[in-house]
Amino acid sequence: MILNRRHVIGTGFATAALLSAPMVWGQAKPRVVVIGGGAGGATAARYLAKDSAGGLDVTLIEANPIYTTCFFSNLYLGGFREFESLQHSYDGIAAGGVTVINDMATGVDRAAKTVTLAGGQTVPYDRLILSPGIDFRDGAVPGWSADEHADIMPHAYKAGPQTQLLKSMVESMPQGGTFAMIAPPNPYRCPPGPYERVSMVAHLLKQTNPTAKILVLDPKDNFSKRALFEEGWGRHYDGMIDWVGPEFGGGAVEVRPDTMEILVEGEVQKVDVCNVIPGQIAGKIAAIAGVTDDSGWAPVHPDSMKSRTDENVYVLGDSSAQGDMPKSGYSANSQAKVAAMSIRGELLGSKVFPAKYSNTCWSLIAPEDGVKVGASYEPTPEKIASVESFISATGEDAALRKVTYEESLGWYSGITADMFG
Amino acid sequence: MARRQLLALVFCAVHAAPLAAESIGDPTRGATLFDRQCKACHQIGAGATNRVGPVLSNLFGRKAGAVPDFKYSKPLTRMGADGLIWTLQTLDAYIENPKALVSGTRMNYRGMADATARADLIAFLRDYSDQPQNIPESEPTARKTAPALDPAILAIEGDPEYGAYLSSECSTCHRRDGTDDGIPSITQWPPEDFVVAMHAYKAKLRPHPVMQMMASRLSNDEIAALAAYFATLE
Ligand SMILES: Cc1cc2nc3c(=O)[nH]c(=O)nc-3n(C[C@H](O)[C@H](O)[C@H](O)COP(=O)(O)OP(=O)(O)OC[C@H]3O[C@@H](n4cnc5c(N)ncnc54)[C@H](O)[C@@H]3O)c2cc1C
Repeated sequence: MILNRRHVIGTGFATAALLSAPMVWGQAKPRVVVIGGGAGGATAARYLAKDSAGGLDVTLIEANPIYTTCFFSNLYLGGFREFESLQHSYDGIAAGGVTVINDMATGVDRAAKTVTLAGGQTVPYDRLILSPGIDFRDGAVPGWSADEHADIMPHAYKAGPQTQLLKSMVESMPQGGTFAMIAPPNPYRCPPGPYERVSMVAHLLKQTNPTAKILVLDPKDNFSKRALFEEGWGRHYDGMIDWVGPEFGGGAVEVRPDTMEILVEGEVQKVDVCNVIPGQIAGKIAAIAGVTDDSGWAPVHPDSMKSRTDENVYVLGDSSAQGDMPKSGYSANSQAKVAAMSIRGELLGSKVFPAKYSNTCWSLIAPEDGVKVGASYEPTPEKIASVESFISATGEDAALRKVTYEESLGWYSGITADMFG
Repeated sequence: MARRQLLALVFCAVHAAPLAAESIGDPTRGATLFDRQCKACHQIGAGATNRVGPVLSNLFGRKAGAVPDFKYSKPLTRMGADGLIWTLQTLDAYIENPKALVSGTRMNYRGMADATARADLIAFLRDYSDQPQNIPESEPTARKTAPALDPAILAIEGDPEYGAYLSSECSTCHRRDGTDDGIPSITQWPPEDFVVAMHAYKAKLRPHPVMQMMASRLSNDEIAALAAYFATLE
C-alpha cells in the first residue's frame, strides 16, 4: 500500500490503523518504522515484512515517490545507461506488505516513540530504523552552499535532477573547456565514486570534445583504487586529467559560482563546469533524532546496527558510524539484513545469528574496463572491522576487465531486486 | 562434534556475547611499547619526519623500502622490489626478528619475542595508516575467526533457517528468480554440488575473488546450511 501526503490511497481501515495506533481489536502487532527508502531502508523494510510473514507492522517513510540510484549514475554520465534505468518505484515493496508513506519525516520524539511527518501526521513505532543517506556539511567548500549554488555548480551526489544537470553541462561545454571537480574529504559515500565519475566524464569528452581538460582538486593524499584509476586514465585519456592533491593546493579551494571561477592557493582559474562534492554528514533527520555525535554521523553497535544512543533506534548505511565499512549501497544493503534479523529477534523472538557484513564496489574506467574492490567485515566490541580484502590488479587483461564489468551489471540487477522486490 | 551440539554452542555464544572477530591487539599498550622501543629512531603521525629510521605513518600496504628520501639498506630495497609489502603478517615477522625476514637490514633491533606485545604494537601502528572505511582495499584492522575444518563435511545436515539468513548475503548479487546476467544463478543447485563448489572457493581453487572472500569465512556448518536452504527453493 502506498500512501501519499495529500492523497491517502488504500482502505479506510488501513489508514485508521496507521494514523491512530493501537489497533482496535486483538493484540496489536509490533510496529517498525523505517525512515528513508534507499539502499539501507528499502532493504530493511522489505526483509522485515518478508521474513516476519505478517508478524510485524512495517511502515516505510520516503520523501520521493521514485528512488534514483546513485550507483550507476556515473555510468549514465558516461552514456552507458539511460536515466530511467536508474529509477525504481516502491510498488514492489508495498506489494510485499509494507505500508509506504510518501512524505518527509520532520521530527522524531524518542521518548514518545513517534515520528512526525511534514504532512502533519504522527506515526508511532516500537523500533525505528533511520537510513536517510547523507547531507552536506555547511561551509565545507568556501563560496558554495547547496541551497544557493547547486544549480550552477552541481554536486550530483544525490542522484536525480542534479545528475541530469551535470550531464547536460558536460555535453554543452565549449571545445577545449575545463571540467573541474572539487573532491570531498573523508569520510564520504562511495570512496571510488568521484574517480569513477572523472573516468566517465573523460569518456564522454573524448568523443565529443577531445581537447577538453579535467581538473580534480582533492583534499586527500590517497584515494580508493588510485593505482587502477591512474593506470586507466593514462591508457584511455592520456593528458586529459590533472589530479591535484593537498600538497599543491587541492585541499584549500574556494569557489565563485557567479563568475564560474575557482581559487586554488589564491590563484584564480576560470572553469566551464564545476562539480562540487562537499564534505558530508548523516542525513539531517539523524541529527534531529539526536543520535549523531560530534562527527556528524550516528554511532551504532557493531553486532546489530543499533544506535549507541537509543536501544529502540537502528541506523543504517551512510548515516551510521560503524567502523571499517565504506559508505556504499552494498554496505547499506548488507547492514539492513543484520538489523532486520536483530529486530525480528527482539520483537518476535526469532533466532538471531552472528552478524556478517560484506562489501564490493565495482567501478567502470572505460568501455568494458571494469575494476572492483571488496572486503568482508565482522563485529568486534568497538567497531565493524575488516577481516579480509581484495582489489583488482593493475595490468589485468581486457577479457578479465570485461567480465568484471559484466559482473557489475549483474550486481546492479541483483541489488535493486533485493531492495525493491 | 555432532552438528546439534555445535549449533547449540554457537547460539550460546551469540546470546552471551556476539561472535566477534579478534582485534589485532591493544593500541594503548602498543603506544607504550612504541615509546620505549621504537621512538628513539622512528616517528609516526602528523608532522613525522625521517630520523635514523623511516617515518612509520601509512606503513600498511606500503612496499618495503619505499619512503621517499630515506636511505635504506640494499637488502631491504631489494626485498621491496621483489614485492615485500607491509601487512599484518609481514610486519609481525619483521618485528619478531628483523634479520630473519630481511637479512642485512640496517634496522638495529633485536626483535620482540612476545606475540601479544607485537600484536599490541602493530595495532598501534595500524591506526596511522589508511582506514578501510575510506579506502576499502587497505589492510584489514582485525583478524578473522577462522572456521575449523571437519573431515565429514559432506555429511553435515544443514539448518535451512540459518541458511535463509546467510543467503541474504548472496542475494545482493545473485537474483533469486534465477536470472543469469553477468552473475550466475545459485538456485536449484543439487546440495552436494553447492557444498563442493563453496569449498573449492574456500580453498581458493576456484578463482573468483569475491566468492573466495565470501566462502573463506563460512564454516562447514554454514555452507551446509546454505545448501539446505537453497535446496528448498523452487
Ligand atoms: C556517484 C555515486 C556513485 C555510487 N556508486 C556506488 C556503487 O557503485 N556501489 C555502491 O554500493 N554504492 C555506490 N554509491 C553509494 C550509495 O549510493 C550510497 O552509499 C547508498 O545509497 C546509501 O544508502 P542509504 O540507505 O544510507 O541512503 P540512500 O540510498 O541515499 O537513501 C536515503 C533515502 O532517504 C530519504 N530521506 C532522507 N531523509 C528523509 C526524511 N527526513 N524523510 C523521508 N525520507 C528521507 C531520501 O530521499 C533517500 O531516498 C554511489 C554514490 C554516488 C553518489
